[in-house]
Amino acid sequence: MNSLTASRTLAVVDYGSGNLRSVWQAASHAALDTEWKVVLTNDAKVIAQAQRLILPGQGAMADCMQELHASGLLETVLQAAQTVPLFGVCVGMQMLLDHSEEGDIDALGLIAGQVKRFELAGRRQADGSRYKIPQMGWNRVNRPQSHAEHPMWAGIADGSWYYFVHSYYADLADPAHCAGETEYGARFASAIARDNLFATQFHPEKSADQGIALYRNFLSWNP
Amino acid sequence: MLAKRIIPCLDVTGGRVVKGVNFVELRDAGDPVEIAARYNEQGADELTFLDITATSDGRDLILPIVEAVASQVFIPLTVGGGVRTVADVRRLLNAGADKTSFNSAAIANPDVINEASGKYGSQCIVVAIDAKRRSAEAEQVLNAQGQPVGPGWNVFSHGGRKDTGLDALQWAQEMARRGAGEILLTSMDKDGTKSGFDLALTRAVSDAVPVPVIASGGVGTLQHMADGITEGGADAVLAASIFHFGTFTVAQTKQYMAERGISVRL
Repeated sequence: MNSLTASRTLAVVDYGSGNLRSVWQAASHAALDTEWKVVLTNDAKVIAQAQRLILPGQGAMADCMQELHASGLLETVLQAAQTVPLFGVCVGMQMLLDHSEEGDIDALGLIAGQVKRFELAGRRQADGSRYKIPQMGWNRVNRPQSHAEHPMWAGIADGSWYYFVHSYYADLADPAHCAGETEYGARFASAIARDNLFATQFHPEKSADQGIALYRNFLSWNP
Repeated sequence: MLAKRIIPCLDVTGGRVVKGVNFVELRDAGDPVEIAARYNEQGADELTFLDITATSDGRDLILPIVEAVASQVFIPLTVGGGVRTVADVRRLLNAGADKTSFNSAAIANPDVINEASGKYGSQCIVVAIDAKRRSAEAEQVLNAQGQPVGPGWNVFSHGGRKDTGLDALQWAQEMARRGAGEILLTSMDKDGTKSGFDLALTRAVSDAVPVPVIASGGVGTLQHMADGITEGGADAVLAASIFHFGTFTVAQTKQYMAERGISVRL
């Protein structure tokens, strides 16, 4: 490797949440044959110097926020989010918003909106089966016109299937931040974007080729 | 619309994926990563690994398999068989599993479901229920109100050897209440018969719980798989032998379902 293509770092922020390893593995897979080094780290210095960040998250939002606080990485992540491309995954996406109904907790406030619980009790899907919570499984993600050409979607067909597991969803204050929509009882924002921030409610690391493609696009995205 | 899931189930023992008929004549089925990759290419929506190892010594041998598969195949992985404690959940998640499936241990100690889901989230806690239609004799057993319990299904533990006397519907509801994110429902009457799922059982449990239900046990044809969803109301169907022995591929199953108007990921 010559000096012009010196290795660059994608840091997966390790603040103690659940699905870190799979995120790290899938992102590493996406980075094969690139100059990117993917590290799973809780070192504030490494995170501050990384050229890309992934903020994962799984389980309860309140636990994730608490762990992020306790890890001492909160300020570093907020600082980096001002400039560096940051990819939030699942609860890592929900944390970017203002507030969550789950545990009535304030979040990072990087994208205006609320995290709300699915209200689907007693309702039935088109085929007559009852809506289950969590939404667990593969669902389609459709791009709004405004984000049809977002570089993160490059080479990925509109309406592609992604793997979801969640009971809460993002209710955005500004629809312009919606980069992907999914139908489950109602249409909700399954991907959100603003400037250097991109985030998904679904799990790219569990969404086979279409998920790896998203992580690969993240490496070449220059917002 | 959320797709209905097709889940191949792989048996693991002694650190190898095996296939066999009714646990006899186990044959090595090949490299776990290759098998997992093949199912992934066919469009499997998830994979379930069932550790059929009898001894706890052999049990840890599943960890390297989970690690190897998780580093190469990027779809959800569930591990069941011998999951007993919150520490077991941690070790399996660390190895790369996305969900862990409790069975007998949840019956012996239901609190473990509260603890495990409280610590790691409902999304990674599956409860497997082995249910069998009550015999005429079992229907006469008196409930708390002094009435015969009547027709229904009882929960069996220890690989289907022990009748717990628990009602399958009530048990499924209690497990969901305690934090199970999903129910893996196996009909012992149907398992291995290739005569189709127990649709009445599947429908009853699926309507009784707010969480997703995976139907298992009895699949012999593609029609059976479709029936599990349309008649049984299951959110997912799990099968082992029809996929292992190449009777049908996952892709054929999905094609068949799609032709019948079932939402699947193609």
